This record gives sequence, C-alpha cells and structure tokens, in this order.
Amino acid sequence: MEPLTNRRKNVEKREMTFAEKAYLPAIAQGLGITIKHFFKKKATIHYPEQTRERSSVWRGLHVLKRDENGAERCTACGLCAVACPAEAITMTAGERKAGEEHLYREEKYAVTYEVNMLRCIFCGLCEEACPKAAIFLQDDKLAPARFERDEFIYGKDRLVEPNKTTETK
Amino acid sequence: MESVDLLYKAIYILVIFGITLLIATYSTYFERKIAAFIQDRVGPNRAGPFGLLQPLADAGKLFFKEDFIPARANKALFILGPGVAMLVATMSSAVIPYGDMLIVGGREVYLQAIEVNIGVLYIFGVVSLGVYGLMIGGWASNNKFSLLGAIRAASQNISYELAMGLSLIAVLMMTGSLSLRVIAEQQAGFNWNIWYQPLGFIIFLVCAFAETNRTPFDLPESEAELIGGYHTEYGSMKLGMYLFAEYINIFVASSVMATLYFGAYNFPFMENLREAISDPVLANNVVTLVGVGVMFVKIFLFIFFFMWVRWTLPRFRYDQLMKLGWKILIPLAILNIILTAGGILLKDYLI
Repeated sequence: MEPLTNRRKNVEKREMTFAEKAYLPAIAQGLGITIKHFFKKKATIHYPEQTRERSSVWRGLHVLKRDENGAERCTACGLCAVACPAEAITMTAGERKAGEEHLYREEKYAVTYEVNMLRCIFCGLCEEACPKAAIFLQDDKLAPARFERDEFIYGKDRLVEPNKTTETK
Repeated sequence: MESVDLLYKAIYILVIFGITLLIATYSTYFERKIAAFIQDRVGPNRAGPFGLLQPLADAGKLFFKEDFIPARANKALFILGPGVAMLVATMSSAVIPYGDMLIVGGREVYLQAIEVNIGVLYIFGVVSLGVYGLMIGGWASNNKFSLLGAIRAASQNISYELAMGLSLIAVLMMTGSLSLRVIAEQQAGFNWNIWYQPLGFIIFLVCAFAETNRTPFDLPESEAELIGGYHTEYGSMKLGMYLFAEYINIFVASSVMATLYFGAYNFPFMENLREAISDPVLANNVVTLVGVGVMFVKIFLFIFFFMWVRWTLPRFRYDQLMKLGWKILIPLAILNIILTAGGILLKDYLI
C-alpha cells in the first residue's frame, strides 16, 4: 500500500545486544534524562503571588463604562442582548428623570442590566455591538468561582465601573 | 567500663538516634522535592520557607488522624507490625562508624555506638529482621492485598539477601574482618574498596534497593496493583511508622554502602591535612570532624541516588524480579568471589 506520509518506520524484531540485555546502560541513560529535568527551569506559576500574564486582547469580566463626567454610557438599546449568541444579557430600560443628568448620559438608561456569567462565552460580541462604547470585557479580571448559581448573575451593582473621584483623575 | 565512658556512649547513642530520625523526617521532604524537580514541578513550598516545615505538618496530620484498626484484624499483631519495623530500622545504625576517633580531654572517643567484631553480620541480622514488620503487618490486616504484599516482601528479601551476602563475601575476603571499623580503617585516604570491587558494589547496590523496598523493587508496596500492599489497612501514625522505617532503612543502607565501598569517613589527602596542623591532638580532631562531614556527604549522595532512581525507573514485574535475583545477581556474585579470590592469590604469588 502506498504510504500516506514519509514518516512510516519499519519495525524490526531482533535479538537484543549484550548492552541492551545488561540493562545498566539503559538505566544510566534514563538517569541522565531525569537529572537533566532536575535542573530545568520550572514551568510553575506560583498562583496567589504570581499570575499568568494575559494577552492585551484577553476577554474577561464585563464592565459598564461611565463617560468623562461620571454618567453611565449605557442607553439600554438592547443591541448587546441581541448580539449575544449565548443569550446571557438581559436588561430593562427606563426614562431618565429631571435632575438625573449627572447619573445617565442619555435620556433612556438601563434600570437593570444583568449578565449571566454561567451562560456568557466571553466572545466579545456585545462589546462590538455597543454603539455607545458602554460595555467592555476587561483584560485583567475573571469571573471568580462561587458556590451558588444565582451569584453568577451579575447585576449593575457589580458591572458598573466605580465612580472616579476627581482627585485621582 | 567506666561511668564516663558509659555516659559518653549514652549521649552518642542519643545523638545518632536523633540524627537518624531527623534525616528520616527530612528524607520525606527531599523525596517530594526531588520528585517534583525531576517532574519539572516545584514541590512543597507553602509550609515555612521553601516548605521546610512540611515534614512537621505531615507528622502533625498523621498524629491527629483517627487511629483505626479494622474489625477482623488481629489487634495485637496489627499494632506490633509497625513497631517491629521501626524498632529494627533504628537498631541497625548502632555499629556504623560515622567517624574516627576524637580526643576529648586526653580521652580517646570513638564515634561509633558499639564496636563489635561482627558488625557486618549484626547489620545483616537486624536488617533481615525488618521484613518481619512488613509480614506481621500484612498478615494481621486480614486483607488479601496486604497478605500479597507481605508474601512478596518475604520472598523478595530471601532472594536478594543471598546475592547481597555473596557480594559482600568478596569484600570480606579482601579485608579479612567483619568489623565495620576495621573495614573503614583499611580504606584510609583514597584506597576505597570500590576500586577493587566495582562488580560487587553494583550487585550490593541493586540488592540494597530490593532490601529497602524501593523502586524499582517496591513490589511489597506497589500502590498501583496492591493499593499499598502490606500497609493497605494502615492509617494515621501506624502508617507513618512504616513510611518512617523505610526512610531509616534507606539511611542505614546508604551508611553501609558508604562504609563498605566508599571509604566511610576517609577522604583523599587526609594525611596531608593531618600533617599540615602542628598540634597532634588538634590535627586528629580536625581530621576526624572533616571525616564525619565527608561520611555524611557520602550518605546524602546515596540517599539522593535512591530517590533519583525512584523517579527514573518503573517497577519490575514479580517474575522479572525473581529472575534478576536468582539467575543473574547470584551467579554474578559467585563470579565476583572467584575473581576476587584469583586476584588475592595472584597478588600473593607476585609479592
């Protein structure tokens, strides 16, 4: 039969030579391999002290951004929820009342905004769909493990970016 | 014997006992560390700096675990098993000369617990008793796997003790003494037995692995097929005692190998060092202390070798083990005796 690749090796069964039967040269060879590994650099990342370096395009936990005045950018248009292939995003919209201009940028805003982290596949399509540049997937945070399923549904309390104080910025 | 001598012996025995236990304790740590390093991991590093307190944590865990005895087990023998293993393991370091002679206040103090003219025989006798600990434990557990482990331990010991003894006879033919101190003194400087007995040493080394139940001959334990073998039913500190006894046995086997083949406390340029110091008492003490250090370096290298081999070789199959013992090692050992005898006769003829 015509071989598919040129990597085929012919296996021959022959009598072992004396060196092979003596077994000790093979042991010495094996010891050589293990001692080489003994001095190798270890691949371990000491987790709580060190963390693995992530790519700058890593998609982690979501954040709802604020604009430069500290008002929420999200206008509850629902495009992210439509774009979401895993149907992880739900929201209810509400109308901005007078005096709330410093809280919400547009007249319409998200009263609730929930991402189910168990459904989310962190594809980043919500980020791409958003016309207001309101939702982003952070490159430095992960959704941590929890004991209860409902704790994975992240509401606005955990998604919205904390208010920046003027002193720090 | 004077009371001062007695006091000294008591102190020395206590020190050796402490060192033995300390080395056995830290062998567990280094076993894990070396295993990790060979497998490209870092090993225990959480308890204390570099994980140095790990053995204490392990011992604490073992002490506080439930001391469980299976219902159908023979209770007395079940408790006796680890006790015998531990007792026998700690007994055997008594005759090993860890160093030459110190001169303290005009008194000559030998760094050896007991000097007997049958030291080699004593070690053999005591070490072969060690298998009783395994057998009693395996039998008393009333468990098929434990019994299989115990049977393996016994048959392995019988077949390897033979080759070990035969390989030693060649050394004894050369030295003409069974006393470990005399054997050590005859290897002064760099005149080590390994240069005359390379084949005998390899046989002895292989048998030492089998005697201490270490990989590739850890068939009594074989955690993969016998779920731990003779100590399947053991838990808490009784299991700890078995494991501890194993490490003490490694330490003793390393000491014996260092004494018999690698010149014990002797090191090259020993006499040059002795002559370099003018005061004879100080010279003697310095040389002795350096010798003790050298002895322990040799022992640690052997212990490292034991662990290095463990993480390199897979376990032998039972029939392979028996074939190696009876069909290869024993004939080789007899050949070694004949070669040694020929060598001694030739030397006598030439001189």
